[in-house]
Amino acid sequence: MTSPQIEIQIIACIVAIACAIPGVFLVLRKMALISDAISHSILPGIVLGFFLTHDLNSPWLILLAAITGVITVVLVEAIQKTGLVKEDTAIGLVFPVLFSIGVILIAKNANDVHLDVDAVLLGELAFAPFDRWLVAGADLGPKSLWVMGTILLITLVLLFLFFKELKVSTFDAGLSSALGISPIVMHYGLMSVSSVTVVGAFDAVGAILVVALMIAPAATAYLLTSDLKKMIYLSVGFGVFSAIAGYWVAHWLDASISGSMTTVLGLVFLAVYLFAPDKGLISVMYRQRQQRTEVSLLTFLLHLNNHSEENERHINHLQEHINWQKVRSRTVLDLALKNNMIEIEDNVVSLTSKGKEFTDLALEYIITNKDEKIEFMKDDFFLFRG
Amino acid sequence: MKDKIAIQVDDLTVAYNYKPVLWDIDLRVPEGVLMAIVGPNGAGKSTLIKAILAIIKPIAGSIAIYGKPYEEQRKMVAYVPQKGSVDWDFPTTALDVVMMGTYGSLGWIKRPGQKEKKAALEALEKVGMLSFKNRQISQLSGGQQQRVFLARALVQEASIYFMDEPFQGVDATTEIAIINILKELRKAGKTVVVVHHDLQTVPEYFDWVTFLNVKKIATGPVKEIFNDDNLTKTYGINYKVAINQ
Repeated sequence: MTSPQIEIQIIACIVAIACAIPGVFLVLRKMALISDAISHSILPGIVLGFFLTHDLNSPWLILLAAITGVITVVLVEAIQKTGLVKEDTAIGLVFPVLFSIGVILIAKNANDVHLDVDAVLLGELAFAPFDRWLVAGADLGPKSLWVMGTILLITLVLLFLFFKELKVSTFDAGLSSALGISPIVMHYGLMSVSSVTVVGAFDAVGAILVVALMIAPAATAYLLTSDLKKMIYLSVGFGVFSAIAGYWVAHWLDASISGSMTTVLGLVFLAVYLFAPDKGLISVMYRQRQQRTEVSLLTFLLHLNNHSEENERHINHLQEHINWQKVRSRTVLDLALKNNMIEIEDNVVSLTSKGKEFTDLALEYIITNKDEKIEFMKDDFFLFRG
Repeated sequence: MKDKIAIQVDDLTVAYNYKPVLWDIDLRVPEGVLMAIVGPNGAGKSTLIKAILAIIKPIAGSIAIYGKPYEEQRKMVAYVPQKGSVDWDFPTTALDVVMMGTYGSLGWIKRPGQKEKKAALEALEKVGMLSFKNRQISQLSGGQQQRVFLARALVQEASIYFMDEPFQGVDATTEIAIINILKELRKAGKTVVVVHHDLQTVPEYFDWVTFLNVKKIATGPVKEIFNDDNLTKTYGINYKVAINQ
């Protein structure tokens, strides 16, 4: 690997981490769309900042553009507060207007400045190592590395200091307010950090793809854990993995780096969505199938429990009586036999004492819905797990 | 009458979009009562609690907790919001939710430590949820979630407890468990204010009641004022309820 290659990957990783952290809280606050709005509406801020500073990495430009991001949030909330439109409509009203102001500003003044809409929207990580920070002739490395490194550091410090405040205000704004931890302060704090991160990262990965780096890792992590801290670690992990993997995919395909990173993010989400142990699609489908079988089993056992007469318990009669197809009846019968819940004598089915006990417990659970009674059965039966 | 006033509300008016939700409320809640706030839907019951807790800004009036503004008395007050007001899919455990009750006394930045954890575990034990401490909150039943919320309030070790519909969507066992804890709090000299819907249980559960319907209809001891006259004034129809005394 050449040194620019290493630098690109380091920058990509830092951007990914810096985006993943606020992303977790945006996803939990159901505000993913706001990050999309911010990513667009910072354009006029960037353009104005660029006219003033002539440097895409200037802290002033970042600050100015980040303020546009916060203004977006304020405008969205102001429109929403009128009660005339819903939040998504308010977002849809605000950011195209701000974005188009940016587009017009560029079009009117693009002749003498080096800035175009594509560069802002799509970014180009491959160029990042060429824009270096020189102090008195000494090369201190790529500018975007310093910019994003600083933003990441600030984000980490804020996360460390205000983790508990972020958690409680995200989970329960009412309690948070009553405790004296102002949810409004936390809200705007998070919005400011998100805006600064988006502005800092647009140069590297583009304003639109920043959204993917914020939302996809958090959404993926959400499927895997029920612990906020782990969710943050996992998000960071997915972000870093996608950044590096995306870089090499781009290398092989000779394609856009940020495009490849986002594609990898999407694929990682898809894989987790399918294979996650609890919330994954396959595991959910498997569980539903199990539950169907278990409900069938229970129905069957209850039927046996209710009928002492032999003709109601004849193996052929059961099939037509409970109205199941052959396969289903076979599965249920096998399951009951395997668990020693029934015995079959001369094609007449009867409950064993274990089967009777199980049926009684299950009945009691269905009636009382008391969890502790069936706690010990939970490992064997999906039906009774939460 | 008991002498010390725990909560004092004067001329409180709250409006949403210029439409008054609470109009000129005067209220004095003596220390050590278990009080129900009753009234029809949209009467402003939750709003009254939120205004007292400074979650909502009133357009007029003032509030005092033991004679001082709420902001100075936060640590004396615990709050249980409506269960439906939070996202129960939030990635956290029962124990962690209860720990949140300690955040107020910790203040900004400081993290909860062993002392807070011990208090949270004790509170979970009190509400009979200790064995569920590591359970993800979405895996709890409605009644269990409400108990966790109650434990979170207990851990605040407050003097005044505000609870917004704690009996909503819970089974009879949980309801009894909760009311017993609330009665214990009263016995310990605490003041408990509950937004309540089930008029049948008011005389059995509470010793103090406030009738509310945008304006305050009446407030006082259940034995004296929980009658058809006030119920009719509050609900607008002749509201017959069985009062077992």
